[in-house]
Parts: sequence; structure tokens; C-alpha cells
Amino acid sequence: MASMEKLYLYPLWLRIWHGVNALGIVVLIVSGISMQYPSTKFTMLDFGTAVNMHNIAGVIVSFSFLLFFLGNMFTKNRKFYRIKPKGLRKRLVKQAKYYIHGMFNDSEAPFPISEKRKFNPLQKYSYVAVMYFFVPVIIITGIALLFPELIIEEIYAVSGVMITAVLHGTVGFLIFIFLLIHLYVASLGKPPLKNFKSIINGWH
Amino acid sequence: MFSQIRKLVIIFILGFVCLQVQSQTIASENRQCLKCHTSQTFTIYNEWTELNEKRLMNPFYILDTVQLKTGVHHTFKCIDCHSYEYETYPHNGELKLEPLMTCIDCHGGDDTYASFQFDRIEEEFQKSIHYEISEDRFTCSKCHNQHYYKATARSSNSIKEIVEYSNNMCLSCHNSMIEYQLMSENTNPQLVQVHEWLPNQELHFEHVRCIECHTVVEDSLMVSHNIHGKTLATKNCIECHSTNSLLQSSLYKYQNISSRSGEGAIKNILSNQHYVIGTYQTQSLQYMFLIILIGTIAGMVVHTIFRIIKK
Ligand code: HEC
Ligand code: HEC
Ligand code: HEC
Ligand code: HEC
Ligand code: HEC
Ligand code: HEC
Ligand code: HEC
Repeated sequence: MASMEKLYLYPLWLRIWHGVNALGIVVLIVSGISMQYPSTKFTMLDFGTAVNMHNIAGVIVSFSFLLFFLGNMFTKNRKFYRIKPKGLRKRLVKQAKYYIHGMFNDSEAPFPISEKRKFNPLQKYSYVAVMYFFVPVIIITGIALLFPELIIEEIYAVSGVMITAVLHGTVGFLIFIFLLIHLYVASLGKPPLKNFKSIINGWH
Repeated sequence: MFSQIRKLVIIFILGFVCLQVQSQTIASENRQCLKCHTSQTFTIYNEWTELNEKRLMNPFYILDTVQLKTGVHHTFKCIDCHSYEYETYPHNGELKLEPLMTCIDCHGGDDTYASFQFDRIEEEFQKSIHYEISEDRFTCSKCHNQHYYKATARSSNSIKEIVEYSNNMCLSCHNSMIEYQLMSENTNPQLVQVHEWLPNQELHFEHVRCIECHTVVEDSLMVSHNIHGKTLATKNCIECHSTNSLLQSSLYKYQNISSRSGEGAIKNILSNQHYVIGTYQTQSLQYMFLIILIGTIAGMVVHTIFRIIKK
């Protein structure tokens, strides 16, 4: 991160995609929370509005995910997400150590950003987990909740809707936590706003 | 000795025959009526033409034997309620005007059925919009068919069944121009349009009863009977979609259903037949979420402090 030369890291399409996703997910979280915890005393959002917002944003983010999924299948962008099991743990620990004390001792980042390596290992694998596990789960359960008639009504007195909804909520919460960490880690740039600027103008 | 055995055998056979005859008389009495009243056609012997003639049955007078058998009054003979004169056909035309007993005529003030609170139900019903518009012409039987009625809310343990049973009472009239216009000069409003503001309408109508929104819940009554005009109906989603959902004190309060709750969180998630967004919070999950959230934020705060110190 010390190098001064600028890197055009995020092309326009990616920034638009990222922006749509970010906005969509924030809307989903806010409307989701107000649906899960509605109250007569305090309302962030009117329940009916929250349902509508959640549905619309959900559909948009699902399409945006589909784009991501297909894009990563057919374009070079996939290389940033390729899983390399060899030495995985070591790399993760190395990066974690950097976050925990390396960065306070002015050590070099162990995996500096380059054109070949957009993400450090922790970043990469958390993205992989979120994009290839959490998001698909939340989309599938979300579609099921949008069309509850689709869910198998009852398997052995197991209500499909209940279990789907609890899963949907739990994964939603985990994605919320991911978002918090994502934002925080993004603020580790020097100066703190640097990374936020670069996802908007593309230059790192 | 031998004669004694013979006597016993005879008594036994006689008793058996008697029993047989008795159970047959009950059945056969109704069966005679049902022979005509369960099929689309019936046959009568025309004494003038001396021919057996096959005729069409009025479709509204065809009864469903399955529902008859499961109804609360299944032990009744038809002529316990209807005049015995119906035993002959053609039925006497005067009989059309025969006043029939209402639920209250038989059940009113009867302690045997105190738990059903018939009299209070009548009181409530008389405050309702239906009574307002047509008074005594709107009888209990408009909703409760005396042939088939069963107290689903207290006997069934499936919410869906209770809801379906109850809503069909309303729909049998509100979705049927013929029935509706027996009571009103107007045409029946299309329910799908009237409730357009409600998302997932079909799902809602399968999972909540019309009376959930159209009556004020009476805690001491199993089923509120005071149906209000449309201006007083519940339109506020939060009334149901919140932890103190009105459904807890109406649809979900029934013993047969609530007895299954309180079995622990996991079991509850697995065995619940209904999931209403906003009403359900699994305690253990909530705590886990809270701990994770606090942990995450604490981690960030500590990290930030170090960043500031080490700058
Ligand atoms: C031979 C066939 C037949 C038998 C047996 C019969 N019914 Fe009917 N019933 C009819 C028909 C047909 C009607 C339609 C009205 C009419 O034609 O009088 C009817 C009408 C009725 C009605 C409606 C009367 C009205 O117009 O409001 C009742 C109540 C009724 N029957 C009861 C009974 C009962 C109770 C029995 C048995 C004791 C019985 N019926 C036996 C053929 C029969
Ligand atoms: C518990 C009392 C009761 C018993 C038992 C009973 N009925 Fe009825 N029945 C009624 C009432 C009340 C009505 C009028 C319904 C109305 O006004 O909507 C009726 C109406 C009818 C009608 C007219 C069609 C209709 O549904 O409105 C027929 C036909 C009929 N009954 C036949 C029978 C037959 C056949 C039996 C025996 C299997 C029988 N009923 C047993 C109370 C009874
Ligand atoms: C002709 C008199 C009569 C009429 C009219 C009548 N009932 Fe009944 N009802 C009885 C009798 C008698 C029993 C008991 C039957 C038995 O135990 O087999 C009974 C049983 C019941 C039960 C079951 C009680 C229990 O403990 O399981 C309910 C519920 C009920 N009736 C509701 C109604 C409703 C609602 C109406 C009006 C639509 C009505 N009844 C009309 C006489 C009547
Ligand atoms: C507008 C329709 C409507 C009318 C009119 C109506 N009811 Fe009901 N009633 C219902 C519904 C819906 C239920 C719930 C059905 C169930 O048992 O699941 C019910 C349930 C009942 C029950 C069973 C309650 C229990 O404790 O299990 C009784 C008893 C009863 N009604 C009596 C009456 C009497 C008596 C009248 C006439 C004064 C009447 N009803 C008029 C709709 C109606
Ligand atoms: C036998 C027919 C019949 C049955 C059964 C019936 N209704 Fe009605 N209902 C009517 C009629 C007729 C009106 C009045 C229409 C008018 O204003 O002229 C009415 C009015 C209403 C209204 C008031 C509408 C307004 O304009 O304010 C509501 C709400 C309602 N019904 C709900 C129900 C529910 C809920 C049930 C079932 C528990 C039910 N009805 C069962 C015939 C019926
Ligand atoms: C989620 C709550 C809810 C449920 C469930 C519900 N309703 Fe309604 N209903 C309403 C509200 C609110 C209105 C008033 C709508 C308006 O004025 O725009 C209404 C209006 C009506 C009207 C008046 C129509 C008119 O314009 O005259 C009738 C009749 C009616 N409902 C019958 C039913 C029946 C029958 C069922 C069950 C199948 C049912 N409702 C279920 C909330 C509900
Ligand atoms: C009378 C109570 C009641 C009212 C009022 C009510 N709901 Fe519902 N809602 C339910 C029930 C019960 C379910 C279905 C639960 C199930 O699937 O078992 C449901 C389901 C839903 C669903 C589908 C959830 C899924 O599983 O996909 C949505 C969306 C919804 N409601 C939105 C609303 C909105 C918006 C309003 C207000 C305009 C509203 N509800 C008013 C009781 C109610």
C-alpha cells in the first residue's frame, strides 16, 4: 500500500455493479430488520412499505448476483475467486496477524494489492463464502418466501415456511455482520477514506 | 338343561335381531329421506300415470352424507328437526312455511353447553353488521349449516383446517351471488378487489380467518361473532405481524393448538405450522445474534483504538 503509483483497479461496470449491490443490500437489511421486529410503538418503516421494498430490492440483488455468477463463470474476473487449498491456512493466518499487530508496527502488508491480486486472502475467502454460500442460500430461501406456495408445506410436521424463514433471517444477519466488517476493513486504508474513494472513482 | 340352552340361544338371537332392527330403524328412517336427498335425481311412482318416473332433484336440496356423518347433530333423525309429514312425497306444500328451530331454541340457556356460551354468542351476533342489515332474516344457520356443523376451532389441531372451515362459511355467501342476494339488494363486492391492498392475498386467506380482521377479539369467547362494518376492519399489518400479534389471542389460542407450543425453541421451529413474519423470535437465536453483533462491534472499537494510539 506504500507504493504511490496509481492502479486502475475497478472498471466502471464493476463499480456500478458494486454500487447497486451495496444499495440493495442496505435496503434489504433495513427493511428486513423492520419486518422482523415490527412494533406499534416505534416503526422505522411502515410494514407494508417494508414488505414492498424488501421484495423489490431482493429481486434486484438477485439479478445482480446472477450477473456476478455468470460473469465469474465466463470472464477473467473468476481468477480473483479461485480457491487454492495449498497453504491456505498459512496465508489466512499471515493476513490475520497483519491485521492484529503487523499493521500497528508499520510492517508491509503481506499481500499487497496488484492487478493480479485484487483481494488479500482473508478478503478473498470471505467473499467466496459470502458470494457462493450465504448469498445463494438467502436468494433461494427468499424466492421461496416470495412464493410460499412453492415451499413444501409440511414434511413430517416440519413447516417449510418456518424453517425457511429462520434460515433466511439467520443468513441475513450473517451478511449484515459481513457488511459491518467489510466496511470497517475498508476503512483501514491510508487515509481511512482512501478505499471508499477508489470504489467510487476506480483508482487505487 | 338342553331347553335352557335353547332358551338362551333364542334370547340371544332375539336380542340380536332387536338390536339390528333398532339400529336399522334409525338409519332407515334417514335413509328414506336420503335416498332422494343425496342424488341428483329421484324416482317416484306416479299414481295417475301408473309409471315410475325419474325426476331431477333441486341441487340446493342435495345433502352431503360425509358431512352429515361428521356433523355435531349426526345422531339426529331428519324428522327431529323437520316435520314428520316429510315422510310422504310429494311433500305437503304447507311445510315450506314451517318455522325451523334455531340454535338458540335448543341450546339457549342450556347448561350442558355452557362452555359454548350460546347466549353470549347470540348477544354478540345481534350487534353485528349482518344482524343490522337483515335482523331476524339473518339466522345462525346462514353461517352454520345445522346438518353439517362441527366445532372445528375446538376439535381440529390444524390451523389450516380451522381457517378453511371458517372462511368457507363466509365465502359460501360472499362469493355466491345467489346466496348473497337472498340477504341484500346489492351485488356482492368482489373480495379479491376489496382486499387488493393485502399482499399474498391467497396465502393470507388460507392462514387467517376473515373474522380475525372483521371482528374485535373477545378474550372470553372462543370465536368473536361481532362482525363490524368495513370501516372498522383491521388494515394494520402490525396487528398480526408483531410479537404481540392479535392472532395469539384468537386463532392461536385454541387449546388443541397452543398445547403444542412451549416445547422448546428447536421443536417449535420444526413443528410450527404457521410462520407469521414479525411474530416469532427464537430466544436462543436472538441471544446468539446479539453476542455476535456485540463481539463484532467491540472488536472494531478495540482495533480502532489501537490504530489511533499507534498512529
Ligand atoms: C321421493 C323423494 C323424496 C323423499 C323420500 C323425501 N324428499 Fe324431501 N324433497 C324431495 C323433493 C323433490 C324436494 C323438492 C321440493 C318438492 O318437490 O316438494 C324435497 C324438498 C324437501 C325439503 C325442502 C322443502 C322446502 O321447499 O323448503 C325438505 C326440508 C325435505 N324435502 C325434507 C325431507 C325429509 C326430512 C325427508 C324424509 C323424512 C324427505 N324430504 C324425503 C324429494 C323427497
Ligand atoms: C338439527 C336439525 C336438523 C336436522 C337433524 C336435519 N335438518 Fe334439514 N334443515 C334444518 C334447517 C334449520 C334447515 C333450514 C336451513 C336454512 O334455513 O338455511 C334445513 C333445511 C333442509 C333442507 C332444505 C335445503 C337446505 O339445505 O336449506 C332439506 C332438503 C333438508 N333440510 C333435509 C334434511 C334431511 C334429509 C335430514 C336428515 C338426514 C335433515 N334435513 C336433518 C335442520 C335440520
Ligand atoms: C333441534 C334442536 C337443536 C338445534 C336446532 C341445534 N342443536 Fe346443536 N345439539 C342438539 C343436541 C340434542 C345436541 C347433542 C347431540 C349429541 O350429543 O349427540 C347438540 C350438539 C351440538 C354441539 C356439540 C356439543 C358437544 O358437546 O359436542 C354443538 C357445537 C352444537 N350442537 C351447535 C349447534 C349450532 C351452532 C346450532 C345452530 C346452527 C345447533 N346446534 C342447533 C340440539 C340442537
Ligand atoms: C357470519 C357468520 C356467523 C354467524 C351468523 C354465526 N356464527 Fe357462529 N361461528 C362462526 C364462525 C366463523 C365460527 C368458528 C367456526 C369454528 O368452530 O371453527 C363460529 C363458531 C360458533 C360456535 C362454536 C364456538 C366454540 O366455542 O367452539 C358456536 C357455538 C356458534 N358459532 C354459535 C352461533 C350462534 C348461536 C349463532 C346465531 C346467534 C351464530 N353462531 C351465528 C360464524 C358465524
Ligand atoms: C348468508 C350470506 C352471508 C354470510 C354467510 C356472510 N355474510 Fe357478510 N354480508 C352479507 C350481506 C348481505 C352483507 C351486507 C351487504 C350490504 O351492505 O347490503 C354483508 C356484509 C358484510 C360486511 C360489511 C361490509 C360493509 O359494507 O361494511 C362484512 C365485513 C362481512 N359481511 C363479513 C363477513 C364475514 C367475515 C363472514 C363469515 C364469518 C360473513 N360476512 C358471512 C352476507 C353474508
Ligand atoms: C387482513 C385483514 C382482512 C382479512 C383476512 C379479510 N378482510 Fe375483508 N376487509 C378488510 C378491510 C381492511 C376491509 C375494508 C377495505 C376498504 O374499505 O378498503 C375489508 C372489506 C371487506 C368487505 C366489504 C366490501 C365492500 O367494499 O363492501 C367484505 C364483505 C369483506 N371484507 C369480507 C371478507 C371475507 C369474507 C374475508 C375472508 C375470506 C375477509 N374479508 C378477510 C380486512 C380483511
Ligand atoms: C389478520 C392477521 C394479519 C394481517 C392483518 C396481516 N397479515 Fe400478513 N400474514 C399473516 C399470516 C397468518 C401469514 C401467513 C403465515 C404462514 O405462511 O403461515 C401472513 C403472511 C404474510 C406474507 C407472506 C410471508 C411469506 O411467508 O412469504 C406477507 C408478505 C405479509 N403477510 C404481509 C402483510 C402486509 C403487508 C400486511 C398489511 C397490509 C399484512 N400482512 C397483514 C397474518 C396477517
